[in-house]
Amino acid sequence: MSPAAIEIAGLVKRYGDRTAVAGIDLSIGAGEVFGLLGPNGAGKTTTVEILEGYRTADGGSVRVLGLDPVRDAAALRPRIGVMLQEGGLYPGVKPRELLDLFAAFYPDPDDPVRLLDLVGLDDVATTMVRRLSGGQAQRLSLALALVGRPEMVFLDEPTAGMDPRARADTWELIRTLRATGTTVLLTTHYMDEAEQLCDRLAILDRGIIVAGGTPAEVIDTVTEPTLRFTTASPIDAVALGAALHRTVDAVGSEYVVGGDPSPEVIAALTAWLADHDRQVTELRTGQASLEEVFLQLTEEPDATKARSAARRGRRSAR
Amino acid sequence: MTTKAIIAQTKLELSMTLRRGESLLVTLAIPIGILVFFGKVNRLSSVSGDPVDFLVPGVLSLAVMASAMVSLGIATGFERRYGVLKRLGSTPLSRGGLLGAKTLNVIAIEILQVAVILATGVALGWRLEAAIVPAIGLLLLGTIAFAGIGMFMAGTLRAEANLALANALFLVLMFLGGMAYPLSRLPDAVESIARLLPAAALAECVRAVLNHQTFPTGAFVVLVAWAIAAPLAAARWFKWEEA
Repeated sequence: MSPAAIEIAGLVKRYGDRTAVAGIDLSIGAGEVFGLLGPNGAGKTTTVEILEGYRTADGGSVRVLGLDPVRDAAALRPRIGVMLQEGGLYPGVKPRELLDLFAAFYPDPDDPVRLLDLVGLDDVATTMVRRLSGGQAQRLSLALALVGRPEMVFLDEPTAGMDPRARADTWELIRTLRATGTTVLLTTHYMDEAEQLCDRLAILDRGIIVAGGTPAEVIDTVTEPTLRFTTASPIDAVALGAALHRTVDAVGSEYVVGGDPSPEVIAALTAWLADHDRQVTELRTGQASLEEVFLQLTEEPDATKARSAARRGRRSAR
Repeated sequence: MTTKAIIAQTKLELSMTLRRGESLLVTLAIPIGILVFFGKVNRLSSVSGDPVDFLVPGVLSLAVMASAMVSLGIATGFERRYGVLKRLGSTPLSRGGLLGAKTLNVIAIEILQVAVILATGVALGWRLEAAIVPAIGLLLLGTIAFAGIGMFMAGTLRAEANLALANALFLVLMFLGGMAYPLSRLPDAVESIARLLPAAALAECVRAVLNHQTFPTGAFVVLVAWAIAAPLAAARWFKWEEA
């Protein structure tokens, strides 16, 4: 087991009487790409900014590369790279100037020209920052986070506002960071990003971790494999359920067959549909996506009530 | 390591300041304009002796106020708005290094201002004497007071409000500063308020030193009080991020 790059124990942060972080425990290993997911206001940025030394915790303890982010700031800052969620750039300077400036802050900086090329900004190196697009500004922020050759990088929503090409390039860059042993903590709203990049992740909701592990583990803890299909015309779900000895729910435009999608159940389903002359438009087995898991885990209390009410409604209809 | 970071930051701060046209207008064009206009074109008649002897100390004080309060304060306010102050806070430069670089930037611009103002004064017949040395000491004290005011506003107000207020304050302090005309031309009530403000205090002290008059102890006390209170207030209430 590699030594931990980040240790968080019982972290609490309050703003006035609002609790932003309500007791988080987390350990991130050196060289890991770790994703912090959660809806707006879940406490992601607060947590990251405590690790970066911008805010102090109200309870618990944090360690970054074995150091206290506030007390040991002078020793820690040369070893970390930070990409803020937004801003952080002088509008009236050029990307090349800004990278040269940041390079002068660090003992063993990367080559600014190489980095501009790496993030695809070589052709706007001498354009004023205020004239860059949102995605270009994001990529400049990323380059600035990397210019000090950090051991640990914090990326707060790194691909927000990027077009698909820039996003794919940024993902590639983050994979390169992992290959060189850099630890990465990223927050994101994009579930595909988390699934693609993260070795492990944690889902935050209202200041606590509601699920954590590898993307596959997080999906497993919440959902079981299901069999789903759609038909060209409606079917009698109750009759089908009776025939299969399974629950059959109408979810949106889909029918979901409960329980393990064994070959026997699939055979029985297709036989029943053939008997009732129903055209299948889609048929699939498998797990929910991380996106579905995320939505289920971070639902608003009202939405949870509405969903269980709908479930009860369907059940009574059966 | 830190020295290298501060030098790099100072160089960038300087090149940004020199790129801002509106900043050069306030720090150079307005003070030189006042000196030439009231000293040559439309000679000030309300002072005894050569108006240039009256104007050079006032314009030096005005220049310091423009750099330390207006230019520094407005730039810092927008850097706070754009999250630049926050971003630099997590680099090895640190907040202390950033403040050091901003101080060096202000002093470099002031050296340029003083050189241009003195050269213009000499061209208008003013005599450069050794008394300039203590006068420069007073200008540095004024720099501390005005930088404190500028940073206090930059770190507590929204960037737009800071921009408007810094410019308005510049005008008010210029009119109440005895910089382009004597304070005695103001109504008595206004004059007594003006004497408590840092602009008049600085101009009066610098003028007394350069023109070999009795040193105005009262004005000096006012200037020292501002040079202590304003930076303390800035340190106490400055917020590095705009809420």
